[in-house]
Amino acid sequence: MSATTVHTHQAPVFGHPMVPRPARITQIQPEAPGTITYTIEFIDPAVREAYRFRPGQFNMLYLPGIGEAAISISSDPDEPTQLKHTVRIVGNVTQALARFDVIGVRGPYGSPWPVDRVTGKDVMVVAGGIGLAPLRPVLYHFVRHRSDYGRIQVLVGARVPADLLYLEDYDAWRARDIEVVVTVDRADETWKGRVGVVPILFYSLRPDPRRTAIFTCGPEIMMRFVIYEALARRIPKESIYVSLERNMKCAIAFCGRCQYGPAFLCKDGPVLSYDRIEPFFGVEEY
Amino acid sequence: MPAHTPPLGSNAVIAKPTLQSVFDALREAGYALIGPTVADGAIIYDEIAVIADLPVGWTDEQGPGSYRLRRRGDDRYFGFVVGPYSLKKFLYPSALRLFSTRRNGDGFEIEGNADPPPRYAFIGARGCELAAAGIQDRVFLEGAAADPHYKARRGAAFLLAVNCVEPGGTCFCASMQTGPRCTSGFDLALTELDDIFLVEIGSEMGAQMMAGVEWRPAGAFEMSRARRALAEAEGRMGRAMDTRDLPDLLYDNLEHPRWAQVAERCLACANCTMVCPTCFCSDVQDVSDLTGDATERVRVWDSCFNKEFSYVFGGHLRPNVRARYRQWLTHKLAAWIDQFGTSGCVGCGRCITWCPVGIDLTQELAAIRGEGQA
Repeated sequence: MSATTVHTHQAPVFGHPMVPRPARITQIQPEAPGTITYTIEFIDPAVREAYRFRPGQFNMLYLPGIGEAAISISSDPDEPTQLKHTVRIVGNVTQALARFDVIGVRGPYGSPWPVDRVTGKDVMVVAGGIGLAPLRPVLYHFVRHRSDYGRIQVLVGARVPADLLYLEDYDAWRARDIEVVVTVDRADETWKGRVGVVPILFYSLRPDPRRTAIFTCGPEIMMRFVIYEALARRIPKESIYVSLERNMKCAIAFCGRCQYGPAFLCKDGPVLSYDRIEPFFGVEEY
Repeated sequence: MPAHTPPLGSNAVIAKPTLQSVFDALREAGYALIGPTVADGAIIYDEIAVIADLPVGWTDEQGPGSYRLRRRGDDRYFGFVVGPYSLKKFLYPSALRLFSTRRNGDGFEIEGNADPPPRYAFIGARGCELAAAGIQDRVFLEGAAADPHYKARRGAAFLLAVNCVEPGGTCFCASMQTGPRCTSGFDLALTELDDIFLVEIGSEMGAQMMAGVEWRPAGAFEMSRARRALAEAEGRMGRAMDTRDLPDLLYDNLEHPRWAQVAERCLACANCTMVCPTCFCSDVQDVSDLTGDATERVRVWDSCFNKEFSYVFGGHLRPNVRARYRQWLTHKLAAWIDQFGTSGCVGCGRCITWCPVGIDLTQELAAIRGEGQA
């Protein structure tokens, strides 16, 4: 039996679903202190042309000799040849990424934000810190398909003004009648906007519970209070979507690490409606 | 003698030493025989060649945190139950290379693992072990993706199973409905009586392996002896587990005080997950040569009892053993049902026997149910 490389298009003899495909890093853009967006392109043109993803999905990025990490896709789903991944430097893989020209990529994995299920509705996009990264493709989608939706509001929070991501996108969002409300936990002398945690932004907004869906991603403690505020406004559990994070080694429900009650976050999640996770969400050390 | 094979679903009788002819047929057909054998004070699965390699005349006394071999005083070939190994060790190896990379300019080449899969004939697998393999099938073949290595090994495997007529001290397969009789998933299934083996033919392949073997059809009396032995075994289980109200019973009791109590005893050593024939959690690691030019990506068994298992940026999600034991038991007995349509427990009792402090999941579940003291 001859060994087969993933460059060929024949199915490898034992082409494991965890074998990545080489992709070149074509652009490195600093976003905030310790946060960088990497644009990547699959080297094999056939792979590049066939690749599609939906907002909220993630890829596994592999660095030979270092390891692999699950990173959400932050670019426009209608331009899937140029894949952007916004990465905060927190571990081996994210630390070493800048040293590589070519990395291994496999994906996309995971459940998307249900942009099709909420057409005609109002949508509140609520992001904390790097949590905006997996929501950015949703906003690309909304900008392209603005008339399919009612009122769209983006609630963004960061610890400090310098941590705010994708500021250059705000004008494009606002130009398409998307409201953008921003807050920071701690202001500095340059900041003239709101100060406070994201959930308190709900007090200045009046979502219509009958027609509002919430997409939220951020620290679990933030999402807990977003859910609390949403439920207090009688938005149904089924209309509140969260994106959860757990350790992942395989992304195909083999490694067992991303279990969340009955769900594997790699295939059933990361995006789940609150009614599916309620018994487990917020349980200590769950 | 024109293709003299017993019909599918029928039972044949062979003299006990004739089992060697079945072994020979399997080896002739290209199988590596993996069967029970005595090593290091336990009955493990290893490669065997002849029936004398089997633990003839041995039995295993098992209890919570306790395993001892003892001479039986007879010449039974299969007078013991399950040891620390299971088919998992062979179908889903504890370390497996997924692919290798080699540096090439500013990039690298990736090469999948195309090693030909071994062809195993498993000798002496019990009902609980067949059920466990069926459960791992759902994980590795019927989920989000299929694992090609598992698929190749599983598809090539021959199963010469054994019905349990003498359950062990930590067995509760009757509660989990996986034994003591093998009901499906085997090629041949033996029932050992004092003087003979009954051989049930479970597949065409199994029938073929009987072609050169001296056998005769089982008579009604032999069949009833086997039935009685299995019925008695069912009533002599060392343990029982009440599976009513699962999965909700555990989901509704995530804050039960019992979790903290069991955590005071649990060492988080992961023995239970290593010996469990269905536990499948894994880690994936990179192994590089000294130049860093060549790397192998290797999947290894891991355990929800390891602290690193739950690491995300910001720390470990389950720093305390209480949460790790809760994760294990809640997954095994509850979430598994939602995920795979079956309990993750087959009632083999390995996790009870091989727990260094003798934690017994049947007792833990009963305590959460609000019954009994432990």
